[in-house]
Amino acid sequence: MLTRRLFLSDWGGITVLVLLLAMVVAVPYANLVLPPESPWHLSTYWVALLGKFLAFALLALAIDLIWGYAGILSLGHGAFFGLGGYAMGMYLTRQIGDRGVYGHPELPDFMVFLSYESLPWFWWGFDMFWFAMLMVVLVPGLLALVFGWLAFRSRVTGVYFAIITQALVFALMLAFFRNEMGFGGNNGLTDFKDILGFSVQARETRVALFVISALTLIAAYVAARYIVTSRFGRVLIAVRDAESRTRFAGYRVEHYKLWLFVFSAMLAGIAGALYVPQVGIINPGEFSPLRSIEAVLWVAVGGRGSLFGAIIGAFAVNGAKTWFTAAYPQVWLFFLGALFVLVTVFLPRGLVGIFRRRRTEGGA
Amino acid sequence: MSALRNIQTTMRRDRVFGFLQPEPDFALPVDTSHGAILYVEDVSVRFDGFLALNRLNLSVNEGELRCIIGPNGAGKTTMMDVVTGKTRPDTGRVYFGQNIDLLALDEYQIARGGIGRKFQKPTVFEALTVFENLELSMASDKGAWSTLFHRLTPEQRTRIDEVTEIIGLQEQQGWLAGSLSHGQKQWLEIGMLLMQNPRVLLVDEPVAGMTGDETERTGELLTSLAGDHTVIVVEHDMAFVRSIARRVTVLHQGSVLAEGSMNQIQSDPRVIEVYLGDET
Repeated sequence: MLTRRLFLSDWGGITVLVLLLAMVVAVPYANLVLPPESPWHLSTYWVALLGKFLAFALLALAIDLIWGYAGILSLGHGAFFGLGGYAMGMYLTRQIGDRGVYGHPELPDFMVFLSYESLPWFWWGFDMFWFAMLMVVLVPGLLALVFGWLAFRSRVTGVYFAIITQALVFALMLAFFRNEMGFGGNNGLTDFKDILGFSVQARETRVALFVISALTLIAAYVAARYIVTSRFGRVLIAVRDAESRTRFAGYRVEHYKLWLFVFSAMLAGIAGALYVPQVGIINPGEFSPLRSIEAVLWVAVGGRGSLFGAIIGAFAVNGAKTWFTAAYPQVWLFFLGALFVLVTVFLPRGLVGIFRRRRTEGGA
Repeated sequence: MSALRNIQTTMRRDRVFGFLQPEPDFALPVDTSHGAILYVEDVSVRFDGFLALNRLNLSVNEGELRCIIGPNGAGKTTMMDVVTGKTRPDTGRVYFGQNIDLLALDEYQIARGGIGRKFQKPTVFEALTVFENLELSMASDKGAWSTLFHRLTPEQRTRIDEVTEIIGLQEQQGWLAGSLSHGQKQWLEIGMLLMQNPRVLLVDEPVAGMTGDETERTGELLTSLAGDHTVIVVEHDMAFVRSIARRVTVLHQGSVLAEGSMNQIQSDPRVIEVYLGDET
């Protein structure tokens, strides 16, 4: 019954899930089992790259959930992604222990360099994995709760909301650039060694991180699908298309937006936490407003309001970016610009719009 | 002082985590023992110096079908905004029955409490089906948590089918609301109001843009609803008002100009001067 509700007529979603599951099996096999001489062998570089795309896809999914279904355009989701990433980065930094350049048993290198006496209070507990994982969802969730409560209560919507989310992420970037904040300033956190006792550089760890990322993305997709196919999801669509009508139907629109926003922020935080060990660094650049806008564009390219379109968009744009920046580094930005112009003009419903026919009149 | 009051009302100590609590469907205990269900007393609304409502007084009895007419800018829509909680008046009082102060309630509380509103421009959820539109409007627990796990009961399904039949959209029940004709959207919106089980229906220009046939059916629908519900219709179409109205209120420049049966209204010289003049 529930399965039917979740996947009925969601062919695109099923296809994407099947592809993801296939990757969960094929990528470890191609990397660990096949010998390097085999033409099907996948290098560890590719495993980490695909793992990074999966984290981006999760971020795109989080954005599509609020933008595509509730019409909340957040141009600052990098804030939640970055905070989740920092929480993971703090855990990884604590795992370095005395193997840092300065060999201090407790303080990370940058703190020794800045002559800290002891660990600041907000670093307490991050040596424990469970605590760090809790913070990965709690910190973005709490920020979204406070920020969203203030914004939605004052009925800030549309472009005004988008602008203040830009301000939010920009403020975070400036704050994290400061050395005094205690998060490593503009260098951020890097030079990670272990995660749960496994070396982050090891091939097996990379593959494991890839598999975890893929499974998390699948779980998040199913959860998001549950939300949008519930009555809650229909209320969201109602809010998106006729907010004041929804209010006069007796719904507290602010609460709906707030809960969805918090959930989306938590997903973004998890995405950040998956991203950091795979790329090996987190720095304030993740809070750059441009990064957040780029993430929204993945969703636009993939196709807003379909969930799986966001995943496709994240893979398509980042795949193109990887290829272009290697092959023609000078023209990448022109290509990116052209891509967005072309999508807007010819594919207003994104890449999935090519395959997805509109629910036509009378054909329910 | 008012700042303090604002803080006290928005940050109530007993409601710190109010958003976590279920929101039961509450029909307000409306006391209508004196007959009237809606009182509007001395209400003034000023927008940037423009007096939209000027000491408006109005009282509507339970079960009545009341038509409100008036030229553009007479304050008809503003009056609806005040009653439904969208606009807060500068002065005056608005009561639902004798006991419920509507000015102290939010839009969602008023809507759940029994006052439904149809917009001037038909407003339905176009990306959802007719069935889903009715389902969402249904009086039930509308808290965010419960809708996440909600499942439709057979009784609720029956109720949706009943209302679908009342508004005559059985065939279109599975269609997207966006694909309905203009008139059908108007009916759907009336159906959505009915799903809320309201005591009072505020209906803003129900027949705007309808064909003659559709207008006639809408008139029948509204007259059949009066009695069980109190129906307040704001309309421009005089022929339509004539065909359904028992009691008519004429608004002019934000206050009541005249009130009475259609015949009385039509022979009132003040009304003829400001409004009916060229139409009668």
